[in-house]
Amino acid sequence: MDTSVEKGIVTRNDLPLRVINSTPEGIFKAKRRVKRSFRQIRTETVFRRTLTIMGLLMIILVLGILLTLIIQSLPSIKSLGLKYLWGKVWDPVQDIYGAWPFLLGTLLSSFLALIISIPFSLAVAVFLGEYFPKGWMPDFLKNAVELIAAVPSVIYGFWGLAVLVPIVRNLETHIGVEPVGVGIFSSSLILAIMIIPYAASLGRSMIQMVPSPLKEAAYGLGATRWEVIRSVVLPYTKSGLFAGILLSLGRALGETMAVTMVIGNTSLIPKNIFAPGNTMASVIANEFTEADKPVYLSALIELGLVLFLVTVVINLIGKKIIDRFTNE
Amino acid sequence: MKMNLLNLKSAVAIVALMAGTGLVSCGGGGSTSGSDSTASGNSDDNTLTGAGSTFDYPLFSKVFSEYNKINGLKVNYQSIGSGGGILQLTNKTVDFGASDAPMNGKQDSGISAPVIHIPVTAGAVVLGYNLPDVKDTLKLSPDVLADIFLGTITKWNDPKITALNKGVKLPATAILIAHRSDGSGTTNIFTTYLAKVSKDWNTKVGKGSAVNWPAGLGGKGNEGVSGLVKQTPGAIGYIELAYAVQNNMAFAKMQNKTGNFITPSIASVTAAANITIPPDSKVSLTNTDAADGYPISGFSWVLIYKEQKYNNRSLDRATKLLKLLSWTIHDGQQFSGALNYAPLSPAAVSVGDAILKSATYDGKPILQ
Repeated sequence: MDTSVEKGIVTRNDLPLRVINSTPEGIFKAKRRVKRSFRQIRTETVFRRTLTIMGLLMIILVLGILLTLIIQSLPSIKSLGLKYLWGKVWDPVQDIYGAWPFLLGTLLSSFLALIISIPFSLAVAVFLGEYFPKGWMPDFLKNAVELIAAVPSVIYGFWGLAVLVPIVRNLETHIGVEPVGVGIFSSSLILAIMIIPYAASLGRSMIQMVPSPLKEAAYGLGATRWEVIRSVVLPYTKSGLFAGILLSLGRALGETMAVTMVIGNTSLIPKNIFAPGNTMASVIANEFTEADKPVYLSALIELGLVLFLVTVVINLIGKKIIDRFTNE
Repeated sequence: MKMNLLNLKSAVAIVALMAGTGLVSCGGGGSTSGSDSTASGNSDDNTLTGAGSTFDYPLFSKVFSEYNKINGLKVNYQSIGSGGGILQLTNKTVDFGASDAPMNGKQDSGISAPVIHIPVTAGAVVLGYNLPDVKDTLKLSPDVLADIFLGTITKWNDPKITALNKGVKLPATAILIAHRSDGSGTTNIFTTYLAKVSKDWNTKVGKGSAVNWPAGLGGKGNEGVSGLVKQTPGAIGYIELAYAVQNNMAFAKMQNKTGNFITPSIASVTAAANITIPPDSKVSLTNTDAADGYPISGFSWVLIYKEQKYNNRSLDRATKLLKLLSWTIHDGQQFSGALNYAPLSPAAVSVGDAILKSATYDGKPILQ
């Protein structure tokens, strides 16, 4: 590109070097052109300003939510202190609030869901991205996976309660734990289904973006399809795949309706993954409307703050891991 | 570059200004935002707004729509839950609140002016169970019920239960307790009853719209609890009477204070409310002295400010509100039965009348 000027060819990169014709018509034309470019500059400025404001608004919004959560949970922080985080009792009658059972329930159900969902979402991503990117069947599969994300969560909840819970109860009688049916395990299964599309569609577009020369070179060296996927596609896309998994984890952490219908909603600490429990989002949704004491209401908002912070921390850790991956 | 920086600065200034105003309004809480909201600022003087109990909602929609046919007054009722209704009334964003529990001490101290409670209907909490082989109606006594929910009775063939149900063959199934996971007036009535009849319950758990359950599973709403009960053999859970009747669920007979086993029904709930009611009507109908009354029942109240002149409300608006409420506790009661609500007892209606007459506008009574 540097050589273009030397060769006497004017390209788009050399616009400042534009020569103006000095005949009257030429000057007139140039003036018109100059006028237009002023307008263009103005449009440019307005556009840039809009973008800046929009971007800042997003930051303000997030900070505003954080600030509101902090201000509203001050009464609870004042009366309960840090003990709130590891307190094991949630007793609205005596104004004792401990978030530990719900924190544990949230993390347990979300990570379990993630572990269950990863094989499926990876398989769908590889299948659609590498093996069959085009055709009616992959299209159908792609739409079906996207539809999973579009189904309202309350429908998953009802389906889980009516279909999944009896199956899980059957399973529990066979393996000898208390046959309750509802519990952490059931909610993890529902969550796993709900979060598959997030990791799958991001993974699919990442895999499709792998440069074909890379893959062709590997094929040229005699690699099989599996070997290409293992040693070219997956290493090339791992940060993207991980970002998709992180996205689905965020979804699992915040899911409320479907979880509350199948998790059993008890504030006792879950003894195993089949035991009933509760999550932070579910407690907030359940108890917010009837929280009739200031400290109670504030403790619920503090639960929201904890959930917010947990999500932020997990995202930061995820970002760090992605950075590590891409720097390698 | 300088231009750039300037733009950025002005953008920051604009956004900061916007955020500033936004934060002030949320930080200031409801009391400031309430003053310019619906109740006073509503230009439409023919629409009253109310908020609160979800339990009252089906009855209110029927009663208010009937009243609209007669008087043309529109009522916009939002069923956001009793606690929410009290909060909205505290913030003066609604004309009336509705609650399944009277205001507690903390709520009373948070509100700026005295509030009066008008009983509008009564409901009952029944115990639904799932015992496929038991055809007779199960009988329960207060002690046994408390022991079941405390988790000390764990099997259906426990001697304490079989002693009450002579001649009924109860299975050795484990008892699974289903309770509400959401805060609710139903829970409040149920736990108030248990706290009244059982010392253990009162000290270990207490009463409230949400409590720390010693055992069992939580279901969201009546449908959540009845879903758990229907699905699990050996389950027992508490549900609103209206919901249980509409869904044909088996429910237990409860022993009342006089020792009779009473089947929950509209009649037995009205009977439970036919007692001496204190002038402020803030009374729990659980375990009353009525011989044929069902023991686990409770009033639902409409809450309004005693002094109706606040936030530039007009006398017209206050009069409309009180006429509506007066109609609700008299003529409005005829719609209760069909919707499985218990009509107010004569004692409750006369107390309600006296309370409505005590409401004032600028110090003068509104209803004559």
